[in-house]
Amino acid sequence: MIDTKTYGEFKTSWCPGCGNHDVLVAVKAALADQGILPHQFVMVSGIGQAAKIVHYLKCNGFNGLHGRALSPAQAIKLASPGMTVLVESGDGCTYGEGGNHFLAAIRRNVNITLIVHDNQIYGLTKGQSSPTTMTGHKTKNNPLGVFDQPFNPVAVAVAMRAGFVARTFSGFHEHAVQTITQAIQHPGFALVDMHSPCISFNKVNTFAWYKERCKEVSHDPQDWAAAMTVAQAFGEKIPIGVLFREERSSKDTMLPQCADGALYRKAVDMAAVKRCMLAYA
Amino acid sequence: MTGKPIFSTIVRRWLNHSAKYASRKMVEIHAAEWPRAWETKEIFVHDELHLIMGGEAGQGLDTVSGLLVKAVVRSGRHLLGAHHVMSRVRGGHNNFRLRIGSRPVQGPPDTFHLLAAMSRESVDLHKDKLKDPGIILADAAWELPALPGMVAIPFAELAPRPVFRNVALLGVIGAMLGLEASLFEEQLEKEFSDKGDKIVSSNLDVLSSSMKWAVENAPSLPLPKADASIKMLSMDGNQAVVLGALAAGVRFCGYYPMSPATTIAEGLVHVAVEMNVVVEQAEDEIAAANMALGAAYAGARSIVPTSGGGFALMTEAVSLAGVSETPVVFVVVQRPGPATGLATRTEQADLELVLYAGHGEFPRAILAPATLEDCFYLTHKAFDLAEKSQGPVFVLSDQYLASAARSVAPFDLEVLAPITEPDLSDTDPENYRRYNWDGPISPRRIPGHGQSLVLADSHEHDEAGHIIEDGGIRVRMQDKRLAKMAVLLSEVLPPEFSGDEEADLLLVGWGSTCEVLREVTAGLRTNGVKAACLCFTQVWPLVPETFMPRLEAARTVVTVEGNSTAQFAGLLRKTTGFHIQDTVLRYDGRALTAGFVMERLQPILEAL
Repeated sequence: MIDTKTYGEFKTSWCPGCGNHDVLVAVKAALADQGILPHQFVMVSGIGQAAKIVHYLKCNGFNGLHGRALSPAQAIKLASPGMTVLVESGDGCTYGEGGNHFLAAIRRNVNITLIVHDNQIYGLTKGQSSPTTMTGHKTKNNPLGVFDQPFNPVAVAVAMRAGFVARTFSGFHEHAVQTITQAIQHPGFALVDMHSPCISFNKVNTFAWYKERCKEVSHDPQDWAAAMTVAQAFGEKIPIGVLFREERSSKDTMLPQCADGALYRKAVDMAAVKRCMLAYA
Repeated sequence: MTGKPIFSTIVRRWLNHSAKYASRKMVEIHAAEWPRAWETKEIFVHDELHLIMGGEAGQGLDTVSGLLVKAVVRSGRHLLGAHHVMSRVRGGHNNFRLRIGSRPVQGPPDTFHLLAAMSRESVDLHKDKLKDPGIILADAAWELPALPGMVAIPFAELAPRPVFRNVALLGVIGAMLGLEASLFEEQLEKEFSDKGDKIVSSNLDVLSSSMKWAVENAPSLPLPKADASIKMLSMDGNQAVVLGALAAGVRFCGYYPMSPATTIAEGLVHVAVEMNVVVEQAEDEIAAANMALGAAYAGARSIVPTSGGGFALMTEAVSLAGVSETPVVFVVVQRPGPATGLATRTEQADLELVLYAGHGEFPRAILAPATLEDCFYLTHKAFDLAEKSQGPVFVLSDQYLASAARSVAPFDLEVLAPITEPDLSDTDPENYRRYNWDGPISPRRIPGHGQSLVLADSHEHDEAGHIIEDGGIRVRMQDKRLAKMAVLLSEVLPPEFSGDEEADLLLVGWGSTCEVLREVTAGLRTNGVKAACLCFTQVWPLVPETFMPRLEAARTVVTVEGNSTAQFAGLLRKTTGFHIQDTVLRYDGRALTAGFVMERLQPILEAL
């Protein structure tokens, strides 16, 4: 039987009460629900507290560089299209350091699932503002309050017509599991912006703060204009659920080279190499 | 040695005839064969012919030089053709320099038998580089004052529209060289087939009338004797790198366009579907390198072509390849820096960048191809070294080598050893440890190949790949990684030595400049100088025993490099303590030539 125990139990370095624990449980539950065994998926992460998740469940894992999780993840999927590829990292890693890769991944539409542990703060480096920190929030590095406007990942993703854009909250276990499950099932790039409170360095966006504000959306997720409107809301009400959904062919299914299994299994065809060489005659 | 008069004579003779040694046969062509404007009594045509074609970007110089290269090589001559282009799409001034020989030719020529000008500016820029005598092909419409050797071509008559002028020039040159029209016709049909029959037939008409005109009105400039012993190919260094990668089973290429490396990615794109290569144009170089690492982790042999500026952005990924023990081949095609530098020119100034790229300490190998053959075989070898050592391996090329066209015998695919495979077993998956301590090379399994779970980590990690803080594990893991250097050291290519055993003058070089050093060495020896050269095609790691006796035996050692600080000499000093005093350095963005080296060697030779 596949259940959350299939993915093992590991000692973590996360603070007790950190939202990351809930994300981990939700991810394991979503994987178990779909019967995906540890050797059948790759989890890729960058750097940050969230990114350590690779070490806290049984998986094939690639714990890469800060901001760069999406790059290896997409290439892993292209090189090994049969694998399920999950990417997890924080808001700083994904939207700050990795902002350009985030935009490009949406455009590229490789069939991977990105789960962003969005706590609106830098946890690993102890309390600096992140791209999603709200304006006015006083942080260690912004004692006068953050002047910059926050980055709205879901609005950007919907604006770019990412195939699957969702938001959830780590405190709502069932909702989180359902959202991750749908994201994995979506045949293309899927974004799950998962609010997950940092109990040590974010005293504004707390568990209670999210719980009070996160409300399920009711619009038709295939209606782009409606999704665009909903995606812009963030404050007294935070819309959660699937904000936008649109299917189109993913790059890994469009490239002829990616058909018929993993690239490494395709042997060198010396006769073909010779043909390429003799084209220079 | 009282060298002064001797060496100045050598240099002068070199610049005029690019070191045609006295022993070589010279063919005499009589004045009667030349048009009236030609006042010179005779011209010597050697077993080499040097041509320069100049024009503005957008005038079709690229097309015509490509067609000419192919025709000359198909006619059985050896050749080297180097582009000198400005970084622009229209206007400016570009030129293409062609060295044709009956035997393999080495560096680019310094002076020319023929200057084919597509713009007036070209005449002014290059007429001083003509040999004495030499021929200038110019447009009759320019009404230039008659220079010695000037041939005025009536382009207005030969080419109905300016767009056909490049083909008209091709026809004229082709006829002067005595090449058959058929060598061009098939190529023209192929080149313009997608533009419709009318364009093809117009081009063929222009070619035919231009060749006819030249037979009647232009002097003939016979090609060196054909070498019928082998059917040669023509390609440039980047194309040879592509073939080397294909032969090694490259499966993924991550890149961001940057001259002069782009054509490697484009060459792979061209055959991507047929050859099962995923070529991904990334959003930036950081993504390109990190993608390659991801693909390599998933088992796909990966290549990352770039130039210095792009590579600078990739250095964190290089470090990740080091700690995660991921095999990746970086091809760094150098161009002059700092920063944007000279985008379309050449230099050898990124040796130190590549040697030290990436924070922390980890093993690496740097191969520096000197020839087209090296571009092929060393790229293939780079993939094997990367797999064997489970880490980053570099091919350090440069713009000149990358883009110069050369004739080459087909590469021998039979001699290529199979590339080292990862661990494709799935033995005891529960206890599989990606970074186990059984030896410096741990079993690298592929995620999804079996039940084994494969963990790659950028942190310091334990045997399983999990993040750790323990000092003891750290030291053991770092020692394990560094021990892989033994694998790289066991396969180091020794430098190639040629020349006199106890040389008065030993030239030391690496990469693309080696060919010029060989040419200079041969020239000096022919002129009675005890000379030798030591050519490195692997610049890291270095094995001093393979070259120290040579350095110590020579009376004077000179490093010849395409940079301004003698980086390789510095590396030799750091590695061996041997200090090379004399340098010949070129850093004006132009390819090193034998003439350039000879001129600068003169004071050193005089002081011997």
